[in-house]
Amino acid sequence: MTLAKLQTDFSDYLLDRPNSIEAAIQGDITVYHHAYRAQLLSCLRDTFEKSWAWLGDERFEAAAAAHIAAHPPHSWTLNLYGEGFETTLAGLYPDDPEIGDLAWLEWSLRRAFDGADADPVDPAGLAAVDWDNAVLFFVPTLSIGPVTSNCAAIWTALAEDLAPPAAEPLPEPSVIRIWRKGLSAHFRSIGRTEERALRLAMSGVNFSEICSILVAEQGDGDATADIGRILGTWLQDGMIAAIQDHAGDSQPMSSAEA
Amino acid sequence: MIAPFSGFGLGLRPVHYQHFLSRPVPVDFVEVISENFMVDGGRPLFVLDRIRERHPVILHGVSMSIGAAEGLRKPYLDRLRKLADRIDPLWVSDHLCWTGTGGFNSHDLLPLPYTEETLRVVCDNIAAAQDALNRPLLIENASSYVTFSRSEMSEGEFLAELCRRSGCYLLLDVNNIFVSGSNHGFDMQAYLDAVPFDRVRQIHLAGHSQGKTMLIDTHDHPVPDPVWDLYEEACRRAGPIATMIERDDDIPPLDVLLAELDIARNRSAAVRSEAA
Repeated sequence: MTLAKLQTDFSDYLLDRPNSIEAAIQGDITVYHHAYRAQLLSCLRDTFEKSWAWLGDERFEAAAAAHIAAHPPHSWTLNLYGEGFETTLAGLYPDDPEIGDLAWLEWSLRRAFDGADADPVDPAGLAAVDWDNAVLFFVPTLSIGPVTSNCAAIWTALAEDLAPPAAEPLPEPSVIRIWRKGLSAHFRSIGRTEERALRLAMSGVNFSEICSILVAEQGDGDATADIGRILGTWLQDGMIAAIQDHAGDSQPMSSAEA
Repeated sequence: MIAPFSGFGLGLRPVHYQHFLSRPVPVDFVEVISENFMVDGGRPLFVLDRIRERHPVILHGVSMSIGAAEGLRKPYLDRLRKLADRIDPLWVSDHLCWTGTGGFNSHDLLPLPYTEETLRVVCDNIAAAQDALNRPLLIENASSYVTFSRSEMSEGEFLAELCRRSGCYLLLDVNNIFVSGSNHGFDMQAYLDAVPFDRVRQIHLAGHSQGKTMLIDTHDHPVPDPVWDLYEEACRRAGPIATMIERDDDIPPLDVLLAELDIARNRSAAVRSEAA
């Protein structure tokens, strides 16, 4: 048996696939079988701490066991093993949308936690911006996603060691944006106008065009005030990493952090 | 070439970050798990940069899979090189093991048969890693729970031949020798006799647990007396050497670990006074 065959057999043993490893070894190989699953369960507990608290030990561990059986890890880093667990949970609990939503929120915050660094622009430099041609570039940790439940309120209560509210569907589907400011990951539920503006900005539409689109879509005078307020929120939240003109030339803006 | 460096350090764990950042800690170095810092940014690298300003740092990996028959993963080596260039570590280490195959990664330190074929595989992988990282590697003996009937040499003999052929250095985990020796019934003194101590640059100390059938390398207890005794034996052979305590579970307050590190200092000093 070559080393490559032995390693394939050993992997198959860990994954409960047919193998012939037992003929090649002495000792207690079950230690590895147990350690493999225990390590991944520990990783999921760590990544989805609030989902674990919300579900309780029994339901969380059953979901984790199902996920581990269906999704062997492939990355060199355990940091990525949580990817897709929210989908597993949503599939296991289709009538409890807060479970999948809460796991998605935790996963997104975890990704933002050690995502790429970027200093936000300094609002003091905004006077130099040519807003007719300005394109916004966001910090690389920014992501957005849809939710249909009050997962944000549940997350917040669990984070503050308070009794979480009962799960409730939202009156209408909503969107949460996640980003990191400094060293801390944040999230915020956003309205339809901000979602529309953010999706346009993230796809590279310049700021004046975003204003025109929102005015045309809203059909009244509030859109201009809305976009001004939204831009102010983005700046205050440290979401904007750069503002450039059409040609890609950077505006003369300094960053807020050294 | 890695020059000898003697001193006493700890494995840096998140629960102690704030302590290390807020006050002087009497250690000569810290060791971190490389993969925890092979990230794009955020708090992990922020913390490591600041700790590096205060202490020499060793990068200790768990995912290189140096014994993988299919070779090493370039994206992993690229990430590790980037981190090593940023941190300028005392050295970079990983385990004599493999972690997966065919894209599957068990995230466990899986055992190798000690054969001529394995030697060729590991030497080729070490050469690739040392080239990609532009620095020599330290290879650590892992704890094991199985042995292979096809093995042609002991683990100590394998390590000696590995150093001779690849030019790598060794990180000798004394607890792992004790765990594997107890599990497989090999002679621990003979193991130490086979190790080329001129290539050993670091020693790991840790505790273990009694499993159903074997000792398990859990790093969740203080270093037990038999491991201290084996450490003294290693010190007699190695001379002054970088020594570190690994604790990964049921982690006590930092002061408790520092007191345990003082035991290592005293044991090492006692061996030196024997020789004087």
